[in-house]
Amino acid sequence: MRLITAVVKPHRLDEIKEALQAFGVHGLTVTEASGYGRQRGHTEVYRGAEYTVDLVPKIRIEVLAEDEDAEQLIDVIVKAARTGKIGDGKVWSLPVETAVRVRTGERGPDAL
Amino acid sequence: MAAAITLAAEAPRLSSANTGFMLICSALVLLMTPGLAFFYGGMVRVKSTLNMLMMSFISIGIVTLLWVLYGFSLAFGSGSAFIGWNADWLGLSHIGLTELWPGYTIPVFVFMVFQMMFAIITPALISGALADRVKFSAWALFVALWATVVYIPVAHWVWASDGWAFKLGVIDFAGGTAVHINAGAAALGVILVIGKRVGFKKDPMRPHSLPLVMLGAGLLWFGWFGFNAGSWLGNDDGVGALMFVNTQVATAAAMLAWLAYEKIRHGACTTLGAASGAVAGLVAITPSGGAVSPLGAIAVGVIAGVACAAAVGLKFKFGYDDSLDVVGVHMVGGIVGSLLIGFFATGKGQSDAAGVFYGDHSFDQLWKQCAGVFAVLAYSLLASAVLAFLLDKTLGMRVPEDEEVSGIDQSQHAETAYDFSGTGGGVVGGSTAQALAAAKIKKVDA
Repeated sequence: MRLITAVVKPHRLDEIKEALQAFGVHGLTVTEASGYGRQRGHTEVYRGAEYTVDLVPKIRIEVLAEDEDAEQLIDVIVKAARTGKIGDGKVWSLPVETAVRVRTGERGPDAL
Repeated sequence: MAAAITLAAEAPRLSSANTGFMLICSALVLLMTPGLAFFYGGMVRVKSTLNMLMMSFISIGIVTLLWVLYGFSLAFGSGSAFIGWNADWLGLSHIGLTELWPGYTIPVFVFMVFQMMFAIITPALISGALADRVKFSAWALFVALWATVVYIPVAHWVWASDGWAFKLGVIDFAGGTAVHINAGAAALGVILVIGKRVGFKKDPMRPHSLPLVMLGAGLLWFGWFGFNAGSWLGNDDGVGALMFVNTQVATAAAMLAWLAYEKIRHGACTTLGAASGAVAGLVAITPSGGAVSPLGAIAVGVIAGVACAAAVGLKFKFGYDDSLDVVGVHMVGGIVGSLLIGFFATGKGQSDAAGVFYGDHSFDQLWKQCAGVFAVLAYSLLASAVLAFLLDKTLGMRVPEDEEVSGIDQSQHAETAYDFSGTGGGVVGGSTAQALAAAKIKKVDA
């Protein structure tokens, strides 16, 4: 199994959710996050004094997937998250040792 | 209030219309102080919001009492050119309910309470320059001393019929010198003594709530109609109405001018700029609104908007920490408004003195305005700096550095403005620490 994590622009959440549902993903976790990449945040002006705000709002989406689906799922998320502008975010995946459905105790792929 | 006493054939009689109008105006001016508290409170960081609100609010308590005990007597009693005196007014004793303010149709009590509201807001204005770092006890004492040593004499100079500036012919309709230059210069004097905030020019000190700033600016704008239009002490000849119109016109013009300046210099029309521009316009029209025409008021507003927007950057250039730009907005705005009377006074409003652009194009009124402006500026700056110095050497003006960094609200008021704890709230959804805190409170209650 793999854990796919995407840190993307907040306003792409709906598109990503829809794309994942269409792909057949049953569940995901969404967290509010903040951070910056190469674009380094933005500038705000208060009575002429400029402040550089490094951290910009992002959302982090986490999905558990079976090994054979992982690459395709990453493509689905990337396609739905992309605006073409700077700050679109990143997607990565990690190996997962096990997963358990708390209600039933099912383990491994059955828990997804 | 700057009207000369006219000798009418008939003695003035109490006017219930003017009395009612002035009581409403007094309430409007009082509203400006909580409005100012929100204007300032939104501009500071989360950790010092309550202190900022309290520095304005405490002035209502302190100045109200000292005004009743001796302030009104010293400010408006007939005495010398520099300070007044009337033993009958100490503690507001021996004032008849229907006794009229000389030359007007309103009771002495009404004039007294209207002036009280001015005395309340003026020290509160200073507090914006001192954000985040002054002991509340020292501030409370400063308010009482400053109102006594600086505000009361200056109000006497400018508005009492035997004050030297009044007799010289300095025009200050509603407080350009006595209120705004006075507070702005005092702010400069105090911050030169107490120094900068920890982290000034290094740490970000963004306003924590611009909606609060806008709410405060809106309340100030609303209350300012009482401040300005009420200053004619009744409205039998239309000057109060002219003042009302000019207040609105100059404020609108100043807001647009500040925004235009910002758009050109910094690329955006900001919320803080709109609120600040409006206040700059209100400040500038305060001394001049009874003397200029509505078109003159537009000029006053535009010039004040641009001048104040340019002036607020000076603190970074010169390195003094005027936290919320009391000097840049109130002192500069007050100077602009007071001096422009010397150019734009039409001679048809509150007095027949005309500025450079009207009448016989004389510089006479301009020189008078300069005398008033610079005398108040110099006295207030010096006296306030001395007061702050003495308080600093005795009580200590500043909180310890660690308390300033962790937040003055907690150390001075034992409160914080916002509850950011947990997502669930309450003991059940909260953390163990919250549960323990709740248990402690119960223990105290029992």
